[in-house]
Amino acid sequence: MQYWIIQTLNSLALGGLLFLLAAGFSLIFGLMRIANLTHGSLYMLGAYVGISVLKYVPNLWLAAIIGGVIMAVFGGLVERLILRPLAGNALGQVLVTLGISFIIADLCLMIWGGDPIPIPTPPALRQPILVGGVTFPTYRLVVLLIAVVTAVLLYLLMDRTRIGAMIRAGVDDMPMARAVGIPVSRLFTAVFCLGAALAGAGGIIGGPIMSAYPGLDADMLPLALIVVMLGGVGSLLGAFVGSFLIGAIYTFGTALFPDLAYVILFLPMIVVIAFRPTGLFGRQSV
Amino acid sequence: MALTRRRFIEAAGLGASALGFPAIVRGQSGPIRVGLMTVKTGPLASGGIDMERALVQYLKERNTTMAGRKVDLFVGDSGGVPAQARTKIQELVERDKIQVMIGPLDTASALAADDYIRQAQLLTLSVAAAEDMTQRKPNPWFTRGTSTSSQSAQPLADYCAKTLQYKRMVTIADDIAYGHEMCAGFQRVFEDAGGKIVQKLFSPLTVPDYGTYIAQLKTNVDGIFLGFAGSNGFRFFRQFNEYGLRGKIAVVGGMTAFDEAVLRNMGDEALGIVTSCWYSAEIENAINKRFAANFRVDWGYDPGFYAAATYVEAAVLDATLQALKGNIEDKQAFMKIVRAIKVDTARGPVSFDRYGNVVGSVYIRKVERKDGRLVNRVIHTYPNVSQFWTYKPEEFLKNPVYSRDWPPAKNLES
Repeated sequence: MQYWIIQTLNSLALGGLLFLLAAGFSLIFGLMRIANLTHGSLYMLGAYVGISVLKYVPNLWLAAIIGGVIMAVFGGLVERLILRPLAGNALGQVLVTLGISFIIADLCLMIWGGDPIPIPTPPALRQPILVGGVTFPTYRLVVLLIAVVTAVLLYLLMDRTRIGAMIRAGVDDMPMARAVGIPVSRLFTAVFCLGAALAGAGGIIGGPIMSAYPGLDADMLPLALIVVMLGGVGSLLGAFVGSFLIGAIYTFGTALFPDLAYVILFLPMIVVIAFRPTGLFGRQSV
Repeated sequence: MALTRRRFIEAAGLGASALGFPAIVRGQSGPIRVGLMTVKTGPLASGGIDMERALVQYLKERNTTMAGRKVDLFVGDSGGVPAQARTKIQELVERDKIQVMIGPLDTASALAADDYIRQAQLLTLSVAAAEDMTQRKPNPWFTRGTSTSSQSAQPLADYCAKTLQYKRMVTIADDIAYGHEMCAGFQRVFEDAGGKIVQKLFSPLTVPDYGTYIAQLKTNVDGIFLGFAGSNGFRFFRQFNEYGLRGKIAVVGGMTAFDEAVLRNMGDEALGIVTSCWYSAEIENAINKRFAANFRVDWGYDPGFYAAATYVEAAVLDATLQALKGNIEDKQAFMKIVRAIKVDTARGPVSFDRYGNVVGSVYIRKVERKDGRLVNRVIHTYPNVSQFWTYKPEEFLKNPVYSRDWPPAKNLES
């Protein structure tokens, strides 16, 4: 029984972390119609930037916010200076994002070196929590909480604000959005900034669990892809449900069928795509 | 394709002529061309960069001369991708005309290059741990001065069973050949000494989160053996602590789990962990004291597994060349001597078995704090450890190669 409680909590915590990663990826994918292959690198770069910020600001939450802002600026520059000139050339843009991810990986190696660097857990959250005879790391529960709060904030942004409405319009029908005067190109930059900030802050918040190490980017990108494919491109709800679904499938899958650890994540994705090519909550874009 | 084939024939021709008329084709006074096949980008870069630093240091300390001949060093970077390693080795041989190669770093790259090393008859001093390259499918041009996957794990199992008196243990490792081989060797020796492996876990190499695996760990055991490589052991152990398991289950680790490279980013939580390796920066011999001190001055940290690996291989190469009076052109003689030689190195005295694998000391080490930094202090030495441990080579080789399923684990509890 205890075992199942721990694994359930595990799956929820992992799902929360995945949501921080995948929400931005989904929005960028939905609006700009490109799979942003730098997304894993933004996550890793965020973690490394967080390590440097933590040297001056010894508070993880503050570091996550500062790191998020830095990554937002970085994302904005990438979008304006590199992706913008390739507008309309989706294939070119995807390739460029792949190229940037290699550059980021090597830059991180040059600046921070090749050894894994830990991000310390905030002292108050270091002791594991004891609930009904079950020990569970407190920090993971906090990550889950942050993910839920972030999801609510993003929902309010998308559903209750003008800019959210414009983004939804762009995701659903780009030519029509342009026709009614929505500044789609500025929207692109905004969404890219938002996505980069979420990924970067996610890297820092996930740091006490995963640390920062070369290869973190390649570990995270496929997870973002799977979540978004499963949940549906451009859908916040899809990213949310997809994250927790993948968290659960991963956790219980590897616990129950350890020999299938590699395929366990991809099987549900294949099934969903076979029957619903747009994902669980994705809509056919026009 | 046409180009590579032509270049291959050229290279083969060159190799053959060098073999046939060494004294005529090449003078013995020119520089010796040494290739280092390493990894300087990607996830394995940390170790790969240390390999280059230590080799450069070795050459610098000797005025870039071996056996009276200058040494030209050529460095190849595979990024840790096996296919690329093979291409780069070919480039080192055919364009840079290297005469001997140190490397590659990882098992997969060594396996990918196996055919080519045979074709090109490339003298190879490797770091990669793949068991069968010096066991059931020995490559005549391949020599390893470090350790097979299980060579360092087998003494640790003996230590756990006999000295630490552990009876029941769990093993966990990366789900790759290196992890399988290491755990298999550990299990065999531990169970032959009366212990029981009650749980065996293998996690994918790129697992994002070990929480699932940690929740499954049996806690009614004496210890857990970590067979991880690279940054995975470090990440696993952090999460292990996060779940409050530190102090409840004793942790012991294989040769790459708590390497010096990882220790420098760890804190007090690592104190007291026992690992085994063929090296420690703390080994008390004159060669190592000088090596570790110089390395620390140049780079500000202790040399670990990979730095020591190339430093040891360079010493083996140096000694072999001395015995050959610098005549590296005679490849057959080189291989004969390298497998018969005894060399004092930073890891202690080494010699080689007839399969090309090293016989040397394996150290049981304990993490302690010294001068403010964490070190692997040597607490016990197993001298002259062979890849076959105490088993007879002929009988050892009759068994299948160590794997996920061999030897079968009979004591698993569900």
